Amino acid sequence: MPGILTFALHYEGAFNKNSLGAVTEASKLARELGTEAHAVVVGENVPDELASQLGAYGASKVFRVQAPEGLAQPVVDAMAKVMTDNGHDYALFGGGLLGFEIGAGLAARLNAGVTMEVTAVDVEDGRLVAQRPILGDSAISESRYRGKGIIIGRLNAFEMQQSADAGSSATVEDVQVELSPWSTKARMVTRGEQRGADVDIEGADILIAGGRGLGKAEGFETLEQLAASFGGNSAVAATRAVVDAGWYPYAAQIGQTGKTVAPKLYLAAGISGAIQHKVGMQASENIVAINKDSNAPIFEFSDLGVVGDLNKIVPKLIDAVKAKKGG
Amino acid sequence: MKICVLVKEVPDAAVEKRINPQTGRLDRSGEKNLNPYDTHAIEAAMQIKEGGAVQVDEIVAVTMGPESATRALHKAVSLGADRSIQLTDDALAGSDVQATGYALATVLQKESPDLVLLGQQSDDGECYTIGAIVADHLQMPSLTQVIKMDVNDSALRCERQAEYGYDTVEIDLPAVISVGDAINEPRYPSLKAIMGAKKKPLEKMGSGDAGIDGSRVGADGSMVQCGNFKAPPSKSAGEIIEDEDTNETVERIVAWLDERKLI
Ligand SMILES: Cc1cc2nc3c(=O)[nH]c(=O)nc-3n(C[C@H](O)[C@H](O)[C@H](O)COP(=O)(O)OP(=O)(O)OC[C@H]3O[C@@H](n4cnc5c(N)ncnc54)[C@H](O)[C@@H]3O)c2cc1C
Ligand SMILES: Nc1ncnc2c1ncn2[C@@H]1O[C@H](COP(=O)(O)O)[C@@H](O)[C@H]1O
Repeated sequence: MPGILTFALHYEGAFNKNSLGAVTEASKLARELGTEAHAVVVGENVPDELASQLGAYGASKVFRVQAPEGLAQPVVDAMAKVMTDNGHDYALFGGGLLGFEIGAGLAARLNAGVTMEVTAVDVEDGRLVAQRPILGDSAISESRYRGKGIIIGRLNAFEMQQSADAGSSATVEDVQVELSPWSTKARMVTRGEQRGADVDIEGADILIAGGRGLGKAEGFETLEQLAASFGGNSAVAATRAVVDAGWYPYAAQIGQTGKTVAPKLYLAAGISGAIQHKVGMQASENIVAINKDSNAPIFEFSDLGVVGDLNKIVPKLIDAVKAKKGG
Repeated sequence: MKICVLVKEVPDAAVEKRINPQTGRLDRSGEKNLNPYDTHAIEAAMQIKEGGAVQVDEIVAVTMGPESATRALHKAVSLGADRSIQLTDDALAGSDVQATGYALATVLQKESPDLVLLGQQSDDGECYTIGAIVADHLQMPSLTQVIKMDVNDSALRCERQAEYGYDTVEIDLPAVISVGDAINEPRYPSLKAIMGAKKKPLEKMGSGDAGIDGSRVGADGSMVQCGNFKAPPSKSAGEIIEDEDTNETVERIVAWLDERKLI
């Protein structure tokens, strides 16, 4: 039976929230198409209890494959086999990094159409149509598929939700997959290394976030002072660019490969507002941006945009917020 | 060792309007440039060559694109590539990412590189996927968004940030690696290198020369049909303050925050 196959990423015994979102979305679409949603889990000895949990999100069957975790190409082998053997028409992925790599490899393997950064999927004449924002989110383009379709969601685009019959668990079927020779040529040495201090930003009401515009690691000391001036429940966050540069801990990173937050205030200093950053913070109640480039994408989705040099503005802002608090 | 670097010509980032408001279509006119993310891939190739851990015989820049894309190749050569290849053919116009990846892989196959490097994304297409597609066609291992890479004669040790933190992955050569923009600080080309770029060998080929199956490329050979461009749901534009007098700017920010009870 044609259907929709998803990839469910798991780590340390729990499924990835975006993968559960993809399973939820796939089961919703499958119902509309009159078909079923299935999932693939890949890993060393994935327990039944874990795999079958996907049933609660609407997967009727889970294909379990024994293969290395955390790398894309073994999953391409697994999903290509499952899709070919079972006739799935579509593969759906939640946002993340592996989904991009697996989806792309799968498109090549199956000569399928692939669309990434998808924010919504509709059913039209019994086929899936994917919506993708393009050109810095200034337009939306629709994708239709001639043959098999690979749909890679944007981070947080698909919300996870337990289905009505949430008690139901999926049947788990073990599949033997022979890995392609090239899939065995990459080996995970260490996975999920946390670089920098283990800061906690998820509970903060006020987040002061810094990017490459800070110019140097020390710029974060000023942002910490600004956060402190707000007092109470405030913290400092960062973009991938500065985390990769070692200026701030990974635990404070917002975005596609970092955290998703929705504080009362998100104040972004020296951040351009790339899509991969935006997806992690766009649900914030109030967004304030300080950037010297009036064309920076972040101004497209800020509530208050300040065009200017953060080096001039932030120190004075610290004093002004302190004064306000004191007064 | 031979390194091939994939490069692309994209609209200059400084060209502001990227969609024509009259037609609602992509505006492809205006200045073009080498995709800035690809300069990191060229720089990574140069650092391997200059690093001395392995012997690099040749760095080859490869692009698929219209006639004008020659300039992106000249730029790539000025940044250090020894020669370049341009796959250009009207039959390729309208190829989707899968078809583009297939076509590029077919050209690369002939070169049998030990390492293929790409940028993390193209500035216009932003697909993040060409690397993984090319790798599957070439039957090579691959990794994207790599920010640190150590090379020896038969393998790479790569670091990149994925869903749960930083991963370190060891990969046997030949391999396809797309590099993140944090991997290095690309150099500026010297005037001499810019002047000399046009004299370095540039091979142009059509899809027939490259051995590409015409039924798998172009708009007709692509499995995705894109269209129906429409405007995203409009979000009311935020308030903007141009910082002229910083004391006043800060006063206004504080008032704005205070109104919303954020202080
Ligand atoms: C697969 C993938 C996953 C990714 N995941 C993430 C992620 O999880 N999180 C994330 O953040 N990014 C992520 N990225 C990277 C993302 O695309 C951007 O590269 C990154 O967010 C840019 O960070 P930035 O805004 O700090 O730097 P830049 O884009 O370099 O922006 C710096 C800004 O500072 C401004 N500026 C400079 N000087 C000053 C000054 N003196 N005063 C005021 N403003 C100034 C500049 O005008 C510029 O707009 C990912 C990318 C990919 C491809
Ligand atoms: N037409 C092309 N020709 C050569 N290389 C390309 C082409 N399109 C994309 N690339 C390469 O693939 C990378 C990722 O692009 P994309 O997947 O479109 O975001 C770019 O940084 C380039 O290195």
